[in-house]
Amino acid sequence: MSEIKKFMYVNRRAPYGTIYALESLEVVLIGAAFDQDVSLAFIGDGVYQLKSDQDSSEADQKNFSPIYQALGDYDVTKLYVEKESLEERGLTLEDLMPLTYEDEDDDWAEKDSIRLVSRDEMKELMDQQDVLFNF
Amino acid sequence: MKYAIQINEGPYQHQATDTAYHFTKAALEKGHEISRVFFYHDGVNNSSRITTPPQDDRHIVNRWAELAEAHKLDMVVCVAAAQRRGVVDDGEAERNGKDATNIHPVFRISGLGQLIEAAIESDRLMVFGD
Amino acid sequence: MSILHTVNKSPFEKNALSECLTHSMDGSAILLLEDGVYAAMQGTNVEADVKNAVASKKVYALGADIKLRGLSTDRMIDGIELVDYAGFVDLTESNDKVQAWL
Repeated sequence: MSEIKKFMYVNRRAPYGTIYALESLEVVLIGAAFDQDVSLAFIGDGVYQLKSDQDSSEADQKNFSPIYQALGDYDVTKLYVEKESLEERGLTLEDLMPLTYEDEDDDWAEKDSIRLVSRDEMKELMDQQDVLFNF
Repeated sequence: MKYAIQINEGPYQHQATDTAYHFTKAALEKGHEISRVFFYHDGVNNSSRITTPPQDDRHIVNRWAELAEAHKLDMVVCVAAAQRRGVVDDGEAERNGKDATNIHPVFRISGLGQLIEAAIESDRLMVFGD
Repeated sequence: MSILHTVNKSPFEKNALSECLTHSMDGSAILLLEDGVYAAMQGTNVEADVKNAVASKKVYALGADIKLRGLSTDRMIDGIELVDYAGFVDLTESNDKVQAWL
């Protein structure tokens, strides 16, 4: 299969209350090895997955937020976060983890993986994909 | 058309696996190809060999097994999701020191790569969940 | 590039329908199935939103799920087309990809 497909992993659920956020991330990590054009969309409660300062010391569940930080190393560098979803939840970009990657095409300059997009832009992005994963 | 089918929920708890079954059957009747049926999250529980649902209702596991046998479907259960939820075949029992297996023989346990591969090779990915 | 959007949860239980409506382009297809079929009925407080969708998109409902829940096709919102599972398959063929709003 020589054709590269545009894969979008759509994340709409908050972390920890259900397993979907964690298990969808596991798909992203495995999928990274398959050299497709990958992006992640964070819509609705999905934006909570990227909240900084996640601390599981009292909840006795695995804090899997560090995995988002590793995505850059797996060449998963397009994390689209919906602006309206943040606003509805009283959040701003500053509340999210600073996720970055090193751009090999730009002298390994460190760049932001999180791209803030409007709802309308998200709609367009989804329309451009070949495959949409949902969990 | 070639379809990849992803099922995220277990039998009876959600309608997802029922809808997936009817869709898959309809697609096959129309002459389409099913490249793989991939069970993820609680969907791995669709592979239990030892369910005893009430006699006056559909037997979800057997229904899938019959369809799979008739059409030689590739029924894959995700290994990581299976391990979390205690879905075990002979290989897993041996590897992880478990004293029992519970998987129906029509299913095979494999990695998430199978889902990605199916999505790459197919024309459509269908996701059935909650 | 056209998307077939599927909504399988009740609009009164989850936000899947509203997220679908705000993320679907004009001319795209929306299929209501499973508990999502409740949104196809007249007289609910999402009726206006669904009527708007009918005006600019193609909205369908899975007949088997309408029937299963004791809903009457007579009381469905005008312009929503009933399909069966074969029709569902056809919709996936005539659109380029599927977005499942779970």
